Amino acid sequence: MNVVEAVDLRRTYRITTGTFRRRSREIEAVRGVSFSIREGELFGLLGPNGAGKTTTIKMLNTLLIPSGGSAHVLGFDVVQDARRIRERIGYVFGGDRGLYERLSALDNLRYFAELYGVEPRRQRARIEELLALVGLDGREEERVEGYSRGMRQRLHLARGLLHDPPVLFLDEPTIGVDPVGARELRALIASLTQQGKTVLLTTHYMFEADSLCDRIAVIAKGEIVAQGTPQQLKARVEQSGVVEVEVFGIDEASVRRIEALPDVLTVTVEEQEQKQLLIVQTAPGAELTHVILAQLRSVSVGRVASREPTLEDAYVQLVTA
Amino acid sequence: MTRVARLVWLGVVFHFRHLSRNAFAVTTTTIWPLVYATLAYFMFRAGSEPETLLLASIGATVMGIWSVTTVDAADSIQRQRWLGVLELLVAAPAPFWAVLLPITIASSAIGVYSLVSTLLWGRLIFGIPLEFEQPLVFALAIPPTIVSIGLLGFVMASMIVRFRAGWAVGNMFEYPVWLVTGLLIPIALLPTWVEPISWLLAPTWGMRALSDAAFAGGSAFLDIAMCLVLSAVYTVVGSMLLGRFLESARRRATLSLT
Repeated sequence: MNVVEAVDLRRTYRITTGTFRRRSREIEAVRGVSFSIREGELFGLLGPNGAGKTTTIKMLNTLLIPSGGSAHVLGFDVVQDARRIRERIGYVFGGDRGLYERLSALDNLRYFAELYGVEPRRQRARIEELLALVGLDGREEERVEGYSRGMRQRLHLARGLLHDPPVLFLDEPTIGVDPVGARELRALIASLTQQGKTVLLTTHYMFEADSLCDRIAVIAKGEIVAQGTPQQLKARVEQSGVVEVEVFGIDEASVRRIEALPDVLTVTVEEQEQKQLLIVQTAPGAELTHVILAQLRSVSVGRVASREPTLEDAYVQLVTA
Repeated sequence: MTRVARLVWLGVVFHFRHLSRNAFAVTTTTIWPLVYATLAYFMFRAGSEPETLLLASIGATVMGIWSVTTVDAADSIQRQRWLGVLELLVAAPAPFWAVLLPITIASSAIGVYSLVSTLLWGRLIFGIPLEFEQPLVFALAIPPTIVSIGLLGFVMASMIVRFRAGWAVGNMFEYPVWLVTGLLIPIALLPTWVEPISWLLAPTWGMRALSDAAFAGGSAFLDIAMCLVLSAVYTVVGSMLLGRFLESARRRATLSLT
C-alpha cells in the first residue's frame, strides 16, 4: 500500500524585486515530481541546496498549496484534507530553530502534546517514554536555550513523535549536528521503521541516505533525475572510474580544461583546509590519470589515487548532468 | 469544545510564561506606562482632585495594556517566525485560531505588570489614594478588559500570518486608539463621529469598566458585558480573517519568511 503518493507535483514561487518599479517573476521550485512511498518504507529525497526537497516536503505536510499536480498522504488529499493529514503525520526539520528556547523541554513537549491532541491522561507517560527514547530523560527541566544542537534535534524528534504518527517527514534532521550526535540520531531514525512508521527523509549526506534509506529519489533543479535503491543508483556508475588528486591552489582554468577532456564525466573540487581534492569521474574503461596530471602542470600536486565509484559519485553525476 | 477551551487556556499560560521569561520585555512593559502615567498626573494635577488623578492612573494602565497588545500582539506572531515555530503551529491539527488567540491574550495579559506598576507608581510617588468604590467589581473588570483587548490584538495579528511586515500596522494603531477610546482625553471633547468608532473598540469599555468600578459612576457590569460581547465579535471576525490569510500564506509561501 502506498502511504505517500505524489503525481506531477509542481510549485511555483513569485519573486518580486525593486523598490519603486517592482518587477515580479516566477520561479519553478518543483517541476512535476512523481514518486510513491510504501508503508513502513524509509524513503530518501536526496539533492543539493535549492533542489526542491523542502518545498516538496512542505507540500506533502500541507504547509504549502501545490501550484499543480496532486499528492495524497494515507489516501487524503493534501489540499482538501489538510486537517486529517496533520493529525496523522509528524514533521521534524533540522537546525537550531523550532522550539521555545526560554522554556524547558518538558514545557515544549506538553504544549505540543496539546496542539497534537494527545489525550491529557496519556500525555505524561508519552512524554516520559519519548524523553527516554531520545535520551533526554533527566534533562527535561532545563531550558532549551542551554541545549546543544544535537540535544535540540533529539527534542525535535520527540516532538514529532508525540501523537505517535504513522508517517514522519524528516527534513535534514542531522544538519549541523556533530558526528557522534548525528550517528545517534541516525540510529533513532532507523529504529522508527522497525516500529512500522513510514519515513520521508531529505538529506544531502550521501552516507546517511546510503545507510538509512530503502529507496532514494535524487532531485535536482526541481525534477527527480533518478529513483531506486542505493544499490541501483550505485550500479549506474559502477563501470566508470574515479581519479582523486590532491592539489594546492587549483585555478578555475585548470578545472575547465579537465572538464573538456574526452571521457571525463564530472569534475568536482572539495576544499580541505590548505589543499583541495580534485575528484574526476571517468567513462568506463578510460585511463585518464596521466592526461589529468598533464593539465595540472602549473599546480602543486600531492597524492593521486584511483578508486571504485560510490553513491556520492552517482549523485554528483546525476545532479550535474 | 472542551479540548479547544483547554488548548486556549493552556496556550495562554504557556505563552505568558514564555513572555515573562524575557526580563527585558517585562521591565519595558512595567516601566513604559509610568511615563504616560507621569505625564497624565501632571496634566490632571491642575484640577488637584484625587479622583481625577486616580482616573489618570487607570487611563495610563489601559494605555499600557493597549500598547503592549498592539505592539506585542503583532510582534508575537513575528516572534513565532523568528523562533521557527510558526510553521509547526500551522502544521498541527489544532484549529489555528485556537493556537493564535492564546498568543495575543498572553501578550495583553503581560499588561498586568503595567497595571500593578502604574497604580503603585501613582500611590508611592504622587500619593494618589487607591480607594475604589467597588474593589471587588474593579478586580472582576480586569480579566474581561485584558481578554477583550487581547482579542482585538488577535484580529490585528491574523494579518501578520500573511504579511510579515504587518507588525507596522499594529504600531500605527497605538496612538489613534488612545485618543479615540478616551484614554488620554474625554471622548466628549472629540468630534461626534468619533464616538461610534469608540464603541467598537475594547479599550473604551475596559476603561469604562475600571473607572465605573473605581468611582461607582455607572454600571460597571454593563461595561464588562460589552467587553465580553466585543470579545465574541473579535473572535469570530479574527477567525474568519485568519482562515483567509492562512490560505493565502500557504498559497504564497510566506509562512517561513522572516
